[in-house]
Amino acid sequence: MPQLTLQEVEHIAELARLGLTQAEKETFCEQLATILGYVEMLNGLDTEGVPPTTSALPLSNVMRSDEVSSSLPTEDALANAPDADADQFRVRAILE
Amino acid sequence: MNANTDLCFLTIHEALASLRRGEVSSVELTQAVLDQILSVDNQVRAYISILPEEALAQAEAADQRRAEGQNGPLLGVPLAIKDVICTQGITTTCGSRILEDFVPPFDATAVARLRSAGAVFLGKTNTDEFAMGSSTEHSAFFTTANPWDVERVPGGSSGGSAAAVAAGTALGALGSDTGGSVRQPAAMCGIVGLKPTYGRVSRYGLVAHGSSLDQIGPLARDVEDAAILLSCVAGHDWRDSTSLDSPVPNYVAEMKAGDGLRGMKVGVPQEYFIEGMEAGVEAAVRAALDEMADLGADLVDVSLPHTEYCIPIYYLIATAEASSNLARYDGVRYGLRVNNPDMWQTYYDTRQSGFGPEVKRRIMLGTYALSAGYYDADYLKAQQARTLLRRDFTRVWEQVDVLACPVSPTVAFRIGQKIDDPLQMYLMDVFTVSLNLVGMCGISVPCGFSDNMPVGLQLVGPALGESVILRAAYAYEQATSWHAQWPVDSRQ
Repeated sequence: MPQLTLQEVEHIAELARLGLTQAEKETFCEQLATILGYVEMLNGLDTEGVPPTTSALPLSNVMRSDEVSSSLPTEDALANAPDADADQFRVRAILE
Repeated sequence: MNANTDLCFLTIHEALASLRRGEVSSVELTQAVLDQILSVDNQVRAYISILPEEALAQAEAADQRRAEGQNGPLLGVPLAIKDVICTQGITTTCGSRILEDFVPPFDATAVARLRSAGAVFLGKTNTDEFAMGSSTEHSAFFTTANPWDVERVPGGSSGGSAAAVAAGTALGALGSDTGGSVRQPAAMCGIVGLKPTYGRVSRYGLVAHGSSLDQIGPLARDVEDAAILLSCVAGHDWRDSTSLDSPVPNYVAEMKAGDGLRGMKVGVPQEYFIEGMEAGVEAAVRAALDEMADLGADLVDVSLPHTEYCIPIYYLIATAEASSNLARYDGVRYGLRVNNPDMWQTYYDTRQSGFGPEVKRRIMLGTYALSAGYYDADYLKAQQARTLLRRDFTRVWEQVDVLACPVSPTVAFRIGQKIDDPLQMYLMDVFTVSLNLVGMCGISVPCGFSDNMPVGLQLVGPALGESVILRAAYAYEQATSWHAQWPVDSRQ
């Protein structure tokens, strides 16, 4: 079974911008290792030269005509914003 | 106590016939179902939000339209919608704290189509958070109970929709199916659930979970109702570039046309009858196969050799897609924001407070599978294995018209029984995820009982094979009476 260190769990959480408590990190260490141990079964499968399937549909480049039409009113788009000001989403400053 | 439970347990096609004949009004029907909600939903807890005033206003409008000589394929029929499907002006939580107060500014296409068909909306049903789960226990709000035994789960993730249909608190419902989330709760609640072909129903307004897997599907009392609902929601939508531009047949007519199961080649995949599955489930499904043979079906043993890889493939691909899709919950445009003076910490805190344990687990798994160093070994490998799985089915569709197998290896389990063991919970999806990975359609129909709980028979068809699976399911259903049985408690 693969081992997962606390540091690896913290690294993945950082990639996902996901805050975790110490208890959650420890639980995930164990649970993710168990699940990854199970999916390791795929290693036994010969996939040499097999193309990946990204979609069940044989679609590529779906096009539509580029016509001007009405879109969601700004007021509606902002209605669920945690913070909005002057027709814009308000966020923390990135630059000082 | 509800005086009008008979109205609550009408099928949609029976209700439509009564409405057309003027024997009942939509207001009477809707009021009866709202009374049933008042009477049983405190125990079943199928609904996250109930909309009595809105529903009655829509029912009144439907009666008015009918009085004016108008018609509609669902005019005046009260339905429920899973709370991962957007409804304009009505809170859509996805069973999550992070969207607890989210009010969509638009309808999902499937909802808009039901609306224009004349449907009445009773409310939004419970789901595992972001549809990630097999029991509704991962809802951030509460667990729905199975109407057949309130100590047990209704299945999931569309457990609220399934429980509502089984408890007489909706005539039909919409759910969503990423790895079995319509078929499995339908099986566990003794009703019919249909997962359409990938692309058959627009995903516009369905909150994204696994974008190459997600489909909206109907939950209903019988096969005909499922066909009616599917006919209303299916079809191309320019807002979803993966929706299929293929004509929508009249599924009810197609279902009733032809010779039923007579002469139909029904494949029985050996790998779908596994060691460790509940004996009563296997017995019920095997008896259903015998019944289909009696009805003239030609049973053919087939093999799907990559079946054992389905769960690993699914849980790598579904979590990878979910981790990417859920990146949008950053506390900027909608949903919860936990403010911190630091911008980065605002993201961490928002997502820590907003997501529950199963969603966090899947974000972690998916992020791991997509991360540098693991992408080739996990995510790419799973996509290659997905190709091999697809080839299994391509070969089988040269031999048979439909496949018949169980929906779930067990009947509904007890609340709390599997919650601490995520892998055991994932293994519950062993018979359902292949359809999503390959993009095929499938239907669950009631086929008996085990341990006094309903068992589902799964009939699988190739892409756009809805008419064939409906025809097979309808023929089986007409010859049996499982679909006509309801939980005793709900009828008192």
